[in-house]
Amino acid sequence: MKLRRSMLFLPGANAAMLSTAFVYKPDSIMFDLEDAVSLREKDSARLLVFQALQLPVYREIETVVRINPLNTPFGHADLEAAVRAGVDVVRLPKTDCAEDVELLEREVERIERACGREVGSTRLMAAIESASGVINAVSIAKASPRLIGIALAGFDYVMDMQTERGDGTELFYARCAVLHAARAAKIDAFDVVWSDLNDEAGFLKEVDLIKRLGFNGKSLINPRQIELLHNAYAPTEEEVEYAGRVVAAAAEGERKGLGVVSLNGKMIDGPVIDHARRVLQRAEASGTRK
Amino acid sequence: MNDLIENGLAVQPLADEPLLDRQGRTLPLFSGFAHQTPYLKDPVAKRSRKICGTLEEAIRRSGLKDGMTISFHHAFREGDKTINTVVDLLARMGFKDLTLAPSSLLSCNAPLIEHIRNGVISRIYTSGMRGKLAEAISHGLMKHPINIHSHGGRVKLIQDGELTIDVAFLGVSTADSFGNANGISGRSRCGALGYAKVDAENAGTVILLTEEIVPFPNAPASISQDQVDFIVKVEQIGDPSKISVGAARITSNPRELLIARYAAEVMVHSGYFVQGFSLQTGSGASSTAATRFLEGHMRKAGITASFALGGITGGIVDLHKKGLIERIIDTQSFDGDAAESLRSSPGHIEVSTNEYANPGSKGTYCDQLDLVILSALEIDLAFNVNVITGSDGVMRGASGGHSDVAAAANLSIVVAPLIRSRIPTVVRRVTTVVTPGECVGVLVTDHGIAVNPNRPEIAERLTAAGLPVMTIGELQQRAESITGEPRPIEFLDKVVGIIRYRDGSVIDVVRQVKD
Repeated sequence: MKLRRSMLFLPGANAAMLSTAFVYKPDSIMFDLEDAVSLREKDSARLLVFQALQLPVYREIETVVRINPLNTPFGHADLEAAVRAGVDVVRLPKTDCAEDVELLEREVERIERACGREVGSTRLMAAIESASGVINAVSIAKASPRLIGIALAGFDYVMDMQTERGDGTELFYARCAVLHAARAAKIDAFDVVWSDLNDEAGFLKEVDLIKRLGFNGKSLINPRQIELLHNAYAPTEEEVEYAGRVVAAAAEGERKGLGVVSLNGKMIDGPVIDHARRVLQRAEASGTRK
Repeated sequence: MNDLIENGLAVQPLADEPLLDRQGRTLPLFSGFAHQTPYLKDPVAKRSRKICGTLEEAIRRSGLKDGMTISFHHAFREGDKTINTVVDLLARMGFKDLTLAPSSLLSCNAPLIEHIRNGVISRIYTSGMRGKLAEAISHGLMKHPINIHSHGGRVKLIQDGELTIDVAFLGVSTADSFGNANGISGRSRCGALGYAKVDAENAGTVILLTEEIVPFPNAPASISQDQVDFIVKVEQIGDPSKISVGAARITSNPRELLIARYAAEVMVHSGYFVQGFSLQTGSGASSTAATRFLEGHMRKAGITASFALGGITGGIVDLHKKGLIERIIDTQSFDGDAAESLRSSPGHIEVSTNEYANPGSKGTYCDQLDLVILSALEIDLAFNVNVITGSDGVMRGASGGHSDVAAAANLSIVVAPLIRSRIPTVVRRVTTVVTPGECVGVLVTDHGIAVNPNRPEIAERLTAAGLPVMTIGELQQRAESITGEPRPIEFLDKVVGIIRYRDGSVIDVVRQVKD
């Protein structure tokens, strides 16, 4: 169960950021070759990211590359570079339907074979950025066993919906649709970026909302947001204490060969135990909430 | 008695033999109440005798001559208007071969280049330099090397007689007609006058440049009437809004915030974080931010600090106002909040740099310090720190209180990013040693924390607290693996700067960089 609360966006053309961003310890780092890179820097960004992916310091952190869509002049070259450099996950932007993922998967497999990388070792994620994408979220989420998750991308989506970012009402349906699709496919779900860096209170309010909805985490555009997000996702001391007792009781039950375990008169079943394990994992990663 | 005095003079002779003092010298006979204080005969002159109509008049009356030493304070940092104004005038008046001894120089002092070229200034003592002036001197502008001293070391040089200040030109926001002056009232307030207090006490002649002459007696008197010779009213001594430009600033940079968070954790787990501890956090971006993180830790642990020392920022003032720091000992105010707090809070105390950090003093505040956060341009495998020369060998910083406080505090913590835009900060050997590594306890970078092997107990505590402790060698290797090995800087033989340790000894030299 890989923890994916924070996915930090890094502009692929910024060498200084590429060389040190791992120090902020996000759960995943996403090197962006798409919207954060200007047209004239597409080639140099691709080269920089190709080199950065091979730095030893990036072996201990999940790496993601957001490629340009495959129907642009850059998409295929981006994919070649990312897969050959050993990226963990390729993120496909502007995913409208399952066929987009299937095409990506075929290309990835071809490159894996060509460069001698283990077939299937490159994982995928799809970003949903349009009304069509939201409608097709279920089939997108189930389009490939390589998918580790799907993400909602808010900016393009609200444009497509002919509205703008507001209090979250404008994203409510899309958030629920993407989240349900991810859960049905048993993969992760990521929420949109929060772009107003100076509005910490607004960011935390949104984090609280998406955490309660059930999102695994959020895409982030500034390292300053990592600590805030991790802390918001961190369990309280009481939650950790309770989760510890649940896991202990489950282990005890297993040892005694009991089918059903109870704690303080309440039944503990599989989902409750899974939830307790997630609580302990978050506490292990970032301590308890401050 | 009356028949012994005629026309205000003693009637001769008073005795048959001359009257002698203990050393056998003839005692002078009374020659009138105003013999040594002639101004007392003139009710107007008595009170206005120190006031000069112009700066030129003050300079003439001071007796300044070619070859003498002049001094200034740098409390206005980049907003200073006194140094350039005075030296411009001295040049116009035809002075030559002066030694310039300000407490420090900054980028705003670039106009001095011209006065070095034309021979007005021939030698410089300073804590640091920045900008074009520093660049020109690093490239061999001066015939004699400049002397870089620490804040405490400057006072030591003065007391030891090497640096004799003939005339001090001290900018103050208010003074009365006798020279009682401070930096916390009036228009352009710089706050503490820690440097100026030293010059006022030690200079042969003291000229105050004040924006305002206020009714006598002005209080508090950071500089006392007893120390002041002449007073000139000027339009503006400095721009306080530019004090916090440069080194002292508040950051939103995530990397600096990360370092600050680690630095606060190091303080908390150092073993010195106990009720009544003391701290200095300086002016660097990360160290200023560390103060903010410290607040949460102090509240959680339920402890307060007895005092904060040094250059004072709004962050420290904030904790003082919240009751988390009992006293502030201020030798230089880094922003308006600090200046205002010095004016209004009885627990905020102004001290001279002599009391702050002079190793020759009978007791400095820095000797009482537990924890200090310091910055670095470079730090090497032996923990030696360079705060003067950049990666191109050009001087671009200041010694400041770095070596003073590092030597005296119980634990000094150096904070720096591992890499500054592709230039490694952690290096095999620093370009210039300002603070010896034996005084540096911990290095905090964005990539990890290194503890000086001479502080094994600190390493143990930080490791136990789960902090990312590495060796400094590992950090240096990490830096080099990312940036590659930098090509060595090419220097010429000529020495352009002498780095004086706080006790006056020479710890390193800076050579002229090859163009």
